[in-house]
Amino acid sequence: MKDEGLNLIHVLILFSSLSLLSIGGGNTVIPEMHRKAVDAYSWMNGKQFADLFAISQAAPGPSILLVTLIGYKAAGITGAVLATMAMILPAGILVYLVSRLWRRSADSPLRSAIERGFAPLTVGLVLASGWVMSKSADHDWRAWLLTGACTLLCATTKTNPILIVGGAAFIGWLGWV
Amino acid sequence: MSDAAKARPSLAELALTFNHISLASFGGGLSAWSREVVVVEKKWMSEEEFLSILTMCRILPGANQVNVAIFVGAKFLGMPGAIAAVFGLTFLPAVLILLLGAAYFQYSHEPALQNALKGAAAGAIALTLSMAFKTGRKCLLSAVPWILFAATFFLNGILRWPLFGVLALTAPLALLWAWPKVK
Repeated sequence: MKDEGLNLIHVLILFSSLSLLSIGGGNTVIPEMHRKAVDAYSWMNGKQFADLFAISQAAPGPSILLVTLIGYKAAGITGAVLATMAMILPAGILVYLVSRLWRRSADSPLRSAIERGFAPLTVGLVLASGWVMSKSADHDWRAWLLTGACTLLCATTKTNPILIVGGAAFIGWLGWV
Repeated sequence: MSDAAKARPSLAELALTFNHISLASFGGGLSAWSREVVVVEKKWMSEEEFLSILTMCRILPGANQVNVAIFVGAKFLGMPGAIAAVFGLTFLPAVLILLLGAAYFQYSHEPALQNALKGAAAGAIALTLSMAFKTGRKCLLSAVPWILFAATFFLNGILRWPLFGVLALTAPLALLWAWPKVK
């Protein structure tokens, strides 16, 4: 139990500092999480880290919940809760303050330039993330065929997206992908 | 633009909505899901407001989707709204991921599970691609936005430049192009 107390302190310090450093999204600090969780504190081995990462990507919800799993492995349920809060709060408070500024600047030229000018950039980033995801998921031609069919279905019809992802999971479960 | 916003939701509705978005996103594709619900279904934000917030949320520290939840929640109900949205987004999925994590240590080599996850990932990537298609059709209406879009995709997706390098180059050009002309 003494170890668990020490681990809790490490969890708190690690994730609350990574929170503010995670500029550009949670995935940017994953290498640092790996370095601490595997090499510095030996909470798990490298294979386990990679698998927990895959689970956090596939599971519903924000992929930052990887920290929930790391916290759990380090110090049980208390560790899981602490890690999640520590990762969310510092950055969350900052983002909340920025969102207040954003609402107050409804009539400023900067805000209208951001709204109009950032839209094409976001479309580019979204397409890039779809592209990068398909690369990291090791898409072969069958997976691409499935992705293509789902994209067509989703872009041209009003099919509920849950049916599309659920159907794709079922096709995968049958072993066709 | 924010005229598109309907009547303000209650705290419970914010939490439930983000919980719904979050649980729907198995396999990934969370930004496509939030757009689907926040812009298309609930009409809480216009397309442009949502897209610009999405890019700001990528630049700011913190998980992108947590940041989006804060922006949307705070827009309607301030700090309590932000907390409700983040709680909805993270609570059940955190419980779920703990169960999955526990199951992982027991059944990590079940091939049917791996296959289903692979299929779900293919579907989630499709949602992301069609989000790019649907939003692009609305905002890529002339040559300049097309060039901005293509440059951002090429630098970030193909050349894998880090986000900051990409935006340091494209964001000033985008702002210059979009700055309101003096009347």
